[in-house]
Amino acid sequence: MSEGDGAAVIANGDDAPRPLRIVGSAIADRVYTWVLTAFALCIPALLLLLVIALGLAGWPAFRRFGFAFLTSSTWNPVAGIYGAAPAIYGTVVTSIIALIVATPLGVGVALFLSDLAPRRVRQPVAFLVDLLAAIPSVVYGLWGIFVLLPFLRETLMPFLRDTLGLGGTVFFSGPAYGPSMLAAGLILAVMVLPYISAISREVLLAVPRSQREAALALGATRWEMIRGAVIPYAKSGIIGGIILGLGRALGETMAVTMLIGNRHEISASLLAPGYTMASLIANEFAEASSDLHLSALMAVGLTLFVITMIVNGIARWLVWQVGRTGSGRP
Amino acid sequence: MSAASAGPQRSQVLATPKAAVGQTHPGTITADDFSFWYGKVQALHKVSLLIPPRSVTALVGPSGCGKSTFLRSINRLNDVIPGVRTDGLLLLDNTDIYASRVDVVALRQRVGMVFQRWNPFPKSIYDNVAYGPRINGTRDGATLDEIVEQSLRRAALWDEAKDRLRASALTLSGGQQQRLCIARALANNPEVLLLDEPASALDPIATQRVEELLYELKAELTIVIVTHNLQQAARVSNHAAFFYLGHLVEAGITEQLFTSPREQRTEAYLTGRFG
Ligand SMILES: Nc1ncnc2c1ncn2[C@@H]1O[C@H](COP(=O)(O)OP(=O)(O)OP(=O)(O)O)[C@@H](O)[C@H]1O
Ligand SMILES: [Mg+2]
Repeated sequence: MSEGDGAAVIANGDDAPRPLRIVGSAIADRVYTWVLTAFALCIPALLLLLVIALGLAGWPAFRRFGFAFLTSSTWNPVAGIYGAAPAIYGTVVTSIIALIVATPLGVGVALFLSDLAPRRVRQPVAFLVDLLAAIPSVVYGLWGIFVLLPFLRETLMPFLRDTLGLGGTVFFSGPAYGPSMLAAGLILAVMVLPYISAISREVLLAVPRSQREAALALGATRWEMIRGAVIPYAKSGIIGGIILGLGRALGETMAVTMLIGNRHEISASLLAPGYTMASLIANEFAEASSDLHLSALMAVGLTLFVITMIVNGIARWLVWQVGRTGSGRP
Repeated sequence: MSAASAGPQRSQVLATPKAAVGQTHPGTITADDFSFWYGKVQALHKVSLLIPPRSVTALVGPSGCGKSTFLRSINRLNDVIPGVRTDGLLLLDNTDIYASRVDVVALRQRVGMVFQRWNPFPKSIYDNVAYGPRINGTRDGATLDEIVEQSLRRAALWDEAKDRLRASALTLSGGQQQRLCIARALANNPEVLLLDEPASALDPIATQRVEELLYELKAELTIVIVTHNLQQAARVSNHAAFFYLGHLVEAGITEQLFTSPREQRTEAYLTGRFG
């Protein structure tokens, strides 16, 4: 449009500076576009570089041990044998514990905030839950060591094992030291709770009023409305929020490292210590003695990276689905 | 100030509830000095109106005059808005809709509602229609099948939907989705059907189908319809009520109201001088 104006000015021939300015602004426009495009391309490029660097650095370990790197349980830097299975197992198990605990809590809080709570308490409660996400990981770890572990050791673990009699099952057998996959899973639950509840709350609030009114007008009680009209509509978005929480749980490092006991062992018992990929890297990176050791840690990093990317991809896709159809998936 | 309180029709429009209710035709709605507030804003001022059963009553008037508010008062859908308050009487048959012991859920099963923007659930056609009966406690599959078929037939959607009952309701066209919403409301077997501008987002052919539908349904139901389309009101309704700024200005037989309104404001609106 401004070029059209410029042409008119040139035709008049009585206003020299304006065509110049227009040419200048066209150049500025182009420069601006280029700079922004370059910035935008930086991010995928960075991601690609990261994968390549991790891949190259981890390659010796992958070549040396092959698929056994992912399935073997032996991690022995002295003998130069590396198998990451316990760390992968611990990562998955602690994340699952976190989701089992945090999902009902997070979705429950979200439902309370979107549909049940009196208007006055909604904002403060939402704020408090969001605040959980702002607490540094290391603080969670400290709290875990001084509060959660003693509680687990003296109260919860004996209760689960002896009082409830779950000790008979493999999942709750063995001594209760405190540092364990259960401890790590519980602290992860608190840490992912704000993500699950914030995203669930958002998708629940995005459920159109017309859907709620449709259910109410048919004689639904509030609970029937929530169950039959609100949750189905928001379902895939809530699942996306849960998976996003899973993505967080998989990569969380500091608090887990402080609570999981850091042992290379696959144990069915949740009371037993274990390891996660993230805490393995954090613990051993500084003292990696050989090139192969370093390479093995890089390979663990790549594995964690790939898993997290896939999980996040799925989560984004699910959340996006809700916004796109505007109606959840039938 | 309620204009219905003036004129010879008062006795017809506002009879005492007991005298007004035909014993054989349940579904009479009576408003007696009914007022409504959103917080401090008064949206309805002492509305007195009798809505007879087995007929279509159209609520007309300019935007914001309280038509939807009145309609949504009848099934108490306004209850979910915080800070609302009512005064006066609103009766369904002889029951005070706003009495504290009224079971709102049961009321809404007797009073079905269809909205301006069709709002089927993102479920199958079948599950949409079966929603009301199910929460009402009907579990038996054969009974549900029958209710679904009957309701879809009454909403003139059966022929188009019978081969795809398990398909998502969202795969239907807009007009079909609106008729599905009517079927969904009918599945509760209500005595009253409220429609808030049900055809304003539909094309002329879909609109005509909905209008034909209302013509058939009024044989069994009390139908109250809000519409901005005066031709439509003239076509489908037996009775009409003109609202203005929260007041009921005039009500009566549609033909009379449209051809020889008693109030100047009604005439001004009908001739398009405002609204
Ligand atoms: N939830 C609400 N809170 C506060 N005021 C409201 C609310 N809903 C409606 N109102 C007000 O009540 C009055 C009547 O609104 P209502 O929706 O009943 O009008 P209407 O006749 O249906 O209009 P339209 O033809 O535009 O649908 C308006 O002044 C409106 O601003
Ligand atoms: Mg309205």
